[in-house]
Amino acid sequence: MLDVRSLEKAYGTKQAVRGISFAVEKGTVLGFLGPNGAGKSTTMRMIAGVLEPDVGDVLIDGKSIISERRAAQAALGYLPEGAPLYNDMTPPEFLAFLASARQIPKAQRKDAIERTIADARISGVLGQRIGALSKGYRRRVGLAGAILHDPPVLVLDEPTDGLDPNQKRAVRALIPRALPGAAMTARWRAPLPASPIRWRRKRCDQRRPPTDERVYRDLPA
Amino acid sequence: MISAVRQQMSGFTATYRRELGAYFATPMAYVFLAVFLLALGLFTWEAARFFDSGVADLQPFFAWHPWLYMIFLPALAMRLWADERAAGTDELLLSLPLGLPGLVLGKLCAAWTVAGTGLLLTLPMWISVNYLGNPDNAAIALTYFVSFLMAGAYLSIGAAVSALTGSQVTAFVISVVVAFIFTAAGWPLVLSTVQTLFGTGFADLIARFSFITQFESAQRGVLELRVVAYFLGFTATFAFLNGLWASRRRLG
Repeated sequence: MLDVRSLEKAYGTKQAVRGISFAVEKGTVLGFLGPNGAGKSTTMRMIAGVLEPDVGDVLIDGKSIISERRAAQAALGYLPEGAPLYNDMTPPEFLAFLASARQIPKAQRKDAIERTIADARISGVLGQRIGALSKGYRRRVGLAGAILHDPPVLVLDEPTDGLDPNQKRAVRALIPRALPGAAMTARWRAPLPASPIRWRRKRCDQRRPPTDERVYRDLPA
Repeated sequence: MISAVRQQMSGFTATYRRELGAYFATPMAYVFLAVFLLALGLFTWEAARFFDSGVADLQPFFAWHPWLYMIFLPALAMRLWADERAAGTDELLLSLPLGLPGLVLGKLCAAWTVAGTGLLLTLPMWISVNYLGNPDNAAIALTYFVSFLMAGAYLSIGAAVSALTGSQVTAFVISVVVAFIFTAAGWPLVLSTVQTLFGTGFADLIARFSFITQFESAQRGVLELRVVAYFLGFTATFAFLNGLWASRRRLG
């Protein structure tokens, strides 16, 4: 479903990501771990098509983020770090904007928005502007935006970061698995076959031993 | 061909609606409209002595348009991209399967609509001169049209510059400076200086690229395609730069 192929990115002389490759199969959730500055967000930005990689490619549901960017992005739900949102909009307005931007057929928009509002449990704050919401609700609205079009691949960058334990629990409850990791990719919306969480560590983090030998092996030396 | 254009323009409607909504969801558009109309009225009556001219036309009113646009329209456009950058929502926007031209034009047209609303709200001026005398209504209608096009040119400067920075204040200041250059190039004071320094030919060339020169030729009441092409071409050029500068974000 998600195929990352030898991605590389440098900011000036600083190499942020050097040749990372991995694949996430359908029905699996992948924890993407690494210390600050390891390049987690940079990798995810490249997967989301926000940042162009210097080298490498990403296939989302078989579509290349380089040569078929819009098709690949259509198959992806992405929650950027810190869940940036338009503060002047109410959650339904925000979701309607995304539905229109993602070109969900008009007849299905209302259903998609209503279903997402129920899934993300934000029906209590529909009349408030996003800027006035608490951090936990903001994150849920961000998640709602990421799952609105029912994407086959989901990339979430630190979805519970900065939340208090109660809010963390509330956000995690949206995801049918406990995910204390920095991020996860692949499909988590029901129906999901039972599958182990696979932890991924970044190649740059050499101090921590890989928790999953199989995953580690396909990284470039 | 058509489907390629449609793909590139995907997101225009969504962006346009969102941006227009953002102007009116905050006091932004209302404050802009109120202050713009107040300033325009003040300049027309107090500074240009609208009633003392004894002629029923809108000359003293239109004369202020370039100068007021120069200050007010960058204020309207400064948030378009800088605010996205500051709030981090540009990352969300760039992750959507949209064409950049659709984004750029959607944002520009939303600001243009607000500016057009301001222009529309000055129609009582037009009605007043008709009550007071017999103005050349065709010339006034044409000048309104060209003024609207000119507003687009000013907004395109503001929008493009706003894509260069994450600070709205920086975007505003730089836009006003750029807008001033394109406005004041037709100012007699500037032109005579250029003439003494570089000769008449160069001064003519400079004057031709000035908003004021172009706008004044419209005020004579002759529809010159040259003027329309100038403002539309100017807007298109800066919209292109806007897309170029906004896409730099993808390079990191």
